[in-house]
Amino acid sequence: MIDALTAIVWIAGSAFALLAAIGVLRMPDVFTRMQASTKASTLGLGCLLIGAGLQFGDFASFIRVLGIGAFILVTTPVAGHVIARAAYLADVPLWDGTVLDERRDHTAVYPPSTR
Amino acid sequence: MLEIVTHIALVTLGVALLIAVVRLVKGPTLPDRIVAMDLIGVLVVSLIVVLAASTQVTATLDAAIVIALIGFVGTLAYATYVERGHPE
Repeated sequence: MIDALTAIVWIAGSAFALLAAIGVLRMPDVFTRMQASTKASTLGLGCLLIGAGLQFGDFASFIRVLGIGAFILVTTPVAGHVIARAAYLADVPLWDGTVLDERRDHTAVYPPSTR
Repeated sequence: MLEIVTHIALVTLGVALLIAVVRLVKGPTLPDRIVAMDLIGVLVVSLIVVLAASTQVTATLDAAIVIALIGFVGTLAYATYVERGHPE
């Protein structure tokens, strides 16, 4: 029973990880690539962690698995936001099909002397 | 049965890792490479988690925690570097 559940969850998790990688390869610009990578990789790693927790079944490793999961869930959105902000401020070109760029007339967050 | 599934998952993760490396090499801009590096970190953590569960060695999970931590700090450092300076 536990093995069957683990098998399902691991197949789903590795499929999500593969989808994240394909998204990073195929998407047209940095921002779309980043959203493919962050969302799908957290979901994929979450599924794999559930499977690992089921397989171990003891308390010490369960806490470690929970720790990795919580850490990834907290840090991945932060990292994605920081990369997107840095890329935008470094004037990385947007995709041609972008329909909305609310910061088009942005003033620099930091004045040029401090950049 | 679980052995076969473990092998399938490991091969799938390996293929994903290779695809991410392709983006790391190709990536036209530096932020593209940072995104690929971040994805590689997450994929390595998931590889280690699957390996740890299939070999039943709990200590391997500590390595996964450390790699996740270092990957996050490294991403923040790269992003700061991109935001500050414009290396030519």
